[in-house]
Amino acid sequence: MSKKKQTILSPVITLVTISCLSAYILGYVHEKTLEPIKAAKDNQELQAIAEVVNEFDNNPFSEQMKITTKNKKHKLTMYPARKDGKLNSVAIKSYTNTGFGGRLEIMAGFNVDGSIKSFKVISGHETPGLGSKVDEPKFKEQFSGFYPAHQIMKVKQDGGEIDAVTAATISSRAVIKALERAYDAFSNFTTGNDADD
Amino acid sequence: MINASISNLTRGIFKENPTFVMLLGMCPTLGVSTSALNGLGMGLATAFVLIMSNIGISAVKRLIPDIVRIPSFIVIIASFVTVIEMLMQAYMPSLYQALGIYIPLIVVNCIILGRAEAFASKNSVWQSFLDAVGMGVGFTFALTTLGAIREILGNGSIFGWSFVGEEAHPMLLFIMPPGAFLALAGIIIVVNKIRGVK
Repeated sequence: MSKKKQTILSPVITLVTISCLSAYILGYVHEKTLEPIKAAKDNQELQAIAEVVNEFDNNPFSEQMKITTKNKKHKLTMYPARKDGKLNSVAIKSYTNTGFGGRLEIMAGFNVDGSIKSFKVISGHETPGLGSKVDEPKFKEQFSGFYPAHQIMKVKQDGGEIDAVTAATISSRAVIKALERAYDAFSNFTTGNDADD
Repeated sequence: MINASISNLTRGIFKENPTFVMLLGMCPTLGVSTSALNGLGMGLATAFVLIMSNIGISAVKRLIPDIVRIPSFIVIIASFVTVIEMLMQAYMPSLYQALGIYIPLIVVNCIILGRAEAFASKNSVWQSFLDAVGMGVGFTFALTTLGAIREILGNGSIFGWSFVGEEAHPMLLFIMPPGAFLALAGIIIVVNKIRGVK
């Protein structure tokens, strides 16, 4: 291939051709996968929602709305779950930056009476096998039916009622922090809803 | 001719295994092999890119001037990787999440550019294909083995199926980054013993 007379033109033409071809192929695949990618993402979110709320027959994802915490600092997304048109629980996507591995995102589920239904860790970088255990039933079940308004939602080391995951107090605190934020926004929404509009 | 084909195909699987013998592509090897399933997924994704890029590059090798050889190879490889990334995001979202940043990093995996430069740019399409299949299988095998060992020791499970109780304390170290080095070192000791390297 080096037998050909080397000019400055032939490498340039080759590179441009290859780049254009690549760009065309990428554009084509991008267009084809745009819908499936969006559907896959929505589906993942919907699965997380379904895990933390009561049985529903509406589409909580399409009814999502933004709610804010009392100090108006944080905007969270709320997904209402309805059965036969009646609201029975909500899922709230919340987060905290105080996880052991930085940002920790959870989907928190609340019953309409203000008690916690369940939660699920959506993304985070907790230590595998230690901090990641906050997403396991043993820790989670403590929150089922927990009333943040009447009970002290803190780990026992901080004078609360929650047993932290062994050797992962920081991750346990982070989950509680994210839950608190979600509850803050939820109670702000239920009490201050009329005043806001 | 047939002998050469067979040797091209089988070479990558053990004798010149990209991970255990040539020690290429260490970044994804150490990074994603936290479980057997992650290792398998990463291995298959890399193998697919390797096969496509080897075929593509050996097909157009006469059209590419020597002087822009490497940039052209990189563009071709990067395109295949991006295609894989988009397909994975659309149809295998959970695997995509597990592999994360390591998918775009397939572009800079030395195995792929190494095979393109050392083999595909000098050999026919068919032989390059065989070479890529061999190397891909070798890499997948290596990553799955490493992932399985780390998962068994560090998490007490294999392919996500747990064989110890919830109260057990597996050797967490093996799931974390230092464990990758220890497990890889252990495997290489065994491989070198078998190969008779002094």
